[in-house]
Amino acid sequence: MKLKLGDHSNALQYHSRVMREQFGIRTTGEQYVIALAGNPNVGKSTVFNALTGLHQHTGNWPGKTVDNAQGNYSYRNKSFLLVDLPGTYSLLAHSVEEEIARDFICFGQPDATIVVLDATSLERNLNLALQVMEISSKVIICVNLIDEARKKKLSINFDELEKELGVPIVPTAARNREGLADLQKAVYSMVVEKKKTWPKQIPYSEEVEQAISALLPKVEELSLARVVNPKWLALRLLDSDVSFIETISRYSAIQPLRTVASQRQGGEFTL
Amino acid sequence: MKLLSVPLSTLKPGEKSNVVHLDVLGLLRRRILDLGIVPGTVLTCIGKAPAGDPIAYLIRGTVIALRSEDACLIAVEQV
Repeated sequence: MKLKLGDHSNALQYHSRVMREQFGIRTTGEQYVIALAGNPNVGKSTVFNALTGLHQHTGNWPGKTVDNAQGNYSYRNKSFLLVDLPGTYSLLAHSVEEEIARDFICFGQPDATIVVLDATSLERNLNLALQVMEISSKVIICVNLIDEARKKKLSINFDELEKELGVPIVPTAARNREGLADLQKAVYSMVVEKKKTWPKQIPYSEEVEQAISALLPKVEELSLARVVNPKWLALRLLDSDVSFIETISRYSAIQPLRTVASQRQGGEFTL
Repeated sequence: MKLLSVPLSTLKPGEKSNVVHLDVLGLLRRRILDLGIVPGTVLTCIGKAPAGDPIAYLIRGTVIALRSEDACLIAVEQV
């Protein structure tokens, strides 16, 4: 997947600050923002607490994390701001939780997104992972609850899974702090060392692929297309996802199209 | 011999079936797909609420309860 990231311009930095502030996130200078997504009840908040040392309430019922919770941690002298998103099965249907998670991954411009999966039911959990990988290439998959999987005598071939999906995979049992160091290391390589990923993309039918190709040139003009996969944006337009299109318009209003155009010609832009 | 498909809601507790078709569009279809119910998925009816609604199904290792009005829209064949 090619995300048009290219030059990390002032405009983009301004942008991310504005957008993050809309989500109530204020970073201190050199702080990386990491989103934590996953199905309900996979132990996201346990991972969050284990990494940040906070005691956000965890509980075995769905919908517990309704708004996003935030916490810091440091690793190798770098500071990371972890944002715990509500648990969702999808980013495409329209519950409040899903919209919060989706908008944050799209517009909050996290430096990386950790998708937490339940090792005991990978099959149903991978749906969300693939959806996040469709939006962004900066994805790390944390396969949590491996202690539970062991109890159920499940064995998972993590190397094969990583090869298949094209993004880093880290097995964890956050309850016992198992694998957390590896998770921090994976986040560090991605956001600090800029390690590349090749997330697996789901091909659509020929008809849909043709429609996407027709829309792409227009979509790529959006400033948003530099941080969110333009193909995914085109798919949402094809979906006639009205509420999401409105959200895109709101986002684009912060930086009008023409500034992007002038920037392309190498011109100066003012904000 | 190929069995005719029936609505998922007609399954009795303990019966197993294979999804053949989703007779639903839009957001509800999306929702059903996101729960892991796609053609070919094996579903087992676990139990019904006293009034017969909702109905609990075992879906890919997770128990999920569906309203019978929604379960009606999922065509299955028994396995």
